[in-house]
Amino acid sequence: MRLLIKSGRVVDPANKIDEKLDVLIVDGKIAELAQNIDAGDAEVINAAGLIVTPGLIDMHVHLRDPGLEYKEDIVSGTRAAAAGGVTSVVCMPNTSPVNDNLAITRYITSKAREQGTANVFPVGCITKGLKGEILAEMGELKEGGCVGFSDDGLPVRDGEMMRRALEYANTFDAPIISHAEDLTLVAGGCMNEGPVSTELGLKGIPWAAEDAMTARDIMLAELTGAHLHVAHVSTRGSVELVRQAKGRGVRVTCEAAPHHFMLTDEAVRGYDTNFKMNPPLRSADDVAAVRAGLADGTIDAIATDHAPHHIDEKNVEFAIALNGVVGLETLLPLTLQLVGEKVLTLEQAIALVTCRPAGVLGLDRGTLSVGAVADVTLVNPNKEWTVDAQQLLSKSKNTSFDGQQMKGYAVRTLLAGKTVFERQ
Amino acid sequence: MKFQHKHILGIEPMSAEELTFILDTADSFKEINTRDIKKVPTLRGKTIVNLFFEASTRTRTSFEVAGKRLSADTINISASGSSVVKGETLEDTAKNIEAMHPDIIVMRHNASGACRYLAERLNCSVVNAGDGMHEHPSQALLDAFTIRQHKGEIAGLTVAIVGDITHSRVVRSNIYCLNRLGAKVRIAGPGTMLPPGIEKLGCEVFRNLEDAIRDADVVMMLRIQRERQGATLIPSVREYSRFFGLNEEKLKLAKPDAIVMHPGPINRGVELSSAVADGPQNVILDQVENGVAVRMALLYLVAGGEQLQND
Repeated sequence: MRLLIKSGRVVDPANKIDEKLDVLIVDGKIAELAQNIDAGDAEVINAAGLIVTPGLIDMHVHLRDPGLEYKEDIVSGTRAAAAGGVTSVVCMPNTSPVNDNLAITRYITSKAREQGTANVFPVGCITKGLKGEILAEMGELKEGGCVGFSDDGLPVRDGEMMRRALEYANTFDAPIISHAEDLTLVAGGCMNEGPVSTELGLKGIPWAAEDAMTARDIMLAELTGAHLHVAHVSTRGSVELVRQAKGRGVRVTCEAAPHHFMLTDEAVRGYDTNFKMNPPLRSADDVAAVRAGLADGTIDAIATDHAPHHIDEKNVEFAIALNGVVGLETLLPLTLQLVGEKVLTLEQAIALVTCRPAGVLGLDRGTLSVGAVADVTLVNPNKEWTVDAQQLLSKSKNTSFDGQQMKGYAVRTLLAGKTVFERQ
Repeated sequence: MKFQHKHILGIEPMSAEELTFILDTADSFKEINTRDIKKVPTLRGKTIVNLFFEASTRTRTSFEVAGKRLSADTINISASGSSVVKGETLEDTAKNIEAMHPDIIVMRHNASGACRYLAERLNCSVVNAGDGMHEHPSQALLDAFTIRQHKGEIAGLTVAIVGDITHSRVVRSNIYCLNRLGAKVRIAGPGTMLPPGIEKLGCEVFRNLEDAIRDADVVMMLRIQRERQGATLIPSVREYSRFFGLNEEKLKLAKPDAIVMHPGPINRGVELSSAVADGPQNVILDQVENGVAVRMALLYLVAGGEQLQND
């Protein structure tokens, strides 16, 4: 099985490649990158005018499977991923039942292997039942395929429990992914606290709720020497805390979501629940700080926090709507928009959705190195299109970007050399 | 002028001209309430549903009386007696009511934005009778009406509002309304009850009652909501009363002819001493009386008042 991707602009940040090259794929692996490779008997894909990148990695996704398949399942979620140019999905454990045991991990990985159109790398629970009381069996979960541990959706409230989790996960070389939120400071808030929440009469969540917990977890990472990954940073303070910690050698990484570098809490003015997520949309100052953190490398990955919810869970009063928005199918254009706005170089932008998240989690993906699995995304960077929520492949339509103009999308997505998505 | 609003969701979207027009319309209705036969046929054949998801005596009764005096058929639905307790969503509840073709739904709801939510989904008019901590437009209008009645003009006045600013929809609507009509608004309360950025709505923020009410023309005291104070906002009602309650002594700081207002219900001895609540400067019952006229005006205008008259 030979496949030749011809004449594309190959951007592979892991290998510092950005030039017009042909990519030869043999038996699902990258076999050669060179100019003018002789096609021979290979099937040829003409990539002239396209960007050829490693398949994207979204390291923060809720696939909702098992148990919440009315929102999303592994099939629909990986189909949405493929349409977004995403070949590797890292899925969070707050399913029903939660992924705190080997049986669930195996269910996820085997269903993904048999029916999915993307790699699925599960994240296991830090604590059994996400209850914050007893550590999950991380060793066995890691053996089963879990790439990290998180109680995402909830913080680990107890300080000692978080300390032990970091120490224990470190035994198995797995990161702890922190959902950093001091719930006593959130205190029932439903949007960012500030002038907009005051005007709308909605209870605010202060930035300090995120910063305080981020600070605690960084100190515990420093204390234990373990790897802490801070999920969805959204405040100036938490970006700065990570920056300082990295500066003194703490093993800390972090990610940011597109909505946190594209939107502010001004978007909540219409009480539209598709702008309700956790962490909430913050101030313009926070957005600027997240962008600066992406630009200077403080932030290691762009991850969507893809959080599908049924229309009935969103079509309610703002205060009681569930948190979260879908993101897989808008990750690529929103990331490229940072290039258009000169916040990032193209190489930086692609790295943030390929080799850098791979590095955070130790995945053997995110590069086009010879010998690597041929997960490849062909991108038309200039195509303008308009998001239509109803056309999304995700089961849920809760996007913040419905009706918004986007530039750039995946025209073809290859998973181990096999086409899993092609735009007509 | 032509009244353009199909719904009354808040004061924020309204201009000074529109607010004045509502007050003038209320003026023309006020006299009806003192007649021997307190009824005009203006809204005959119209159906008004008062949909109340929060306990309310004053506002609900006021809207009901207003509707009845205009000859509309008014129906009251309160959450405890409705299908809401059976788990029905707000949209479903409202759509079921709408299927019976009401002309106006007057709603009070504990969620900020709930009236807007309804207005976006229904064809009938929606009047906000208080949504969460967001707005309470008819209260602000009846306050403005009462101030105008006693002071002649609102422009140039200084109005001090004291209490739990954070949780008050009355404050937000009043700040917009009084600003548009040319008054200066001061607010005061303990730090735990002052939300961030409130000054951007158009008010000056004070940390103590004395500075806020000094030389004020109007002092508006808010109810301390015992049910919201929780454990953390104030240490005790006693201490609150000492620092932020209004008594005769403190009232002397305001202008001698200042009026004292309260949206009710009063906690006597907490935010207002009984001497002030019953004293010569209080206009609290005027507020209640004027509420009916203001709500008649609102119902009349959203029902397409002018056209009705021309028919």
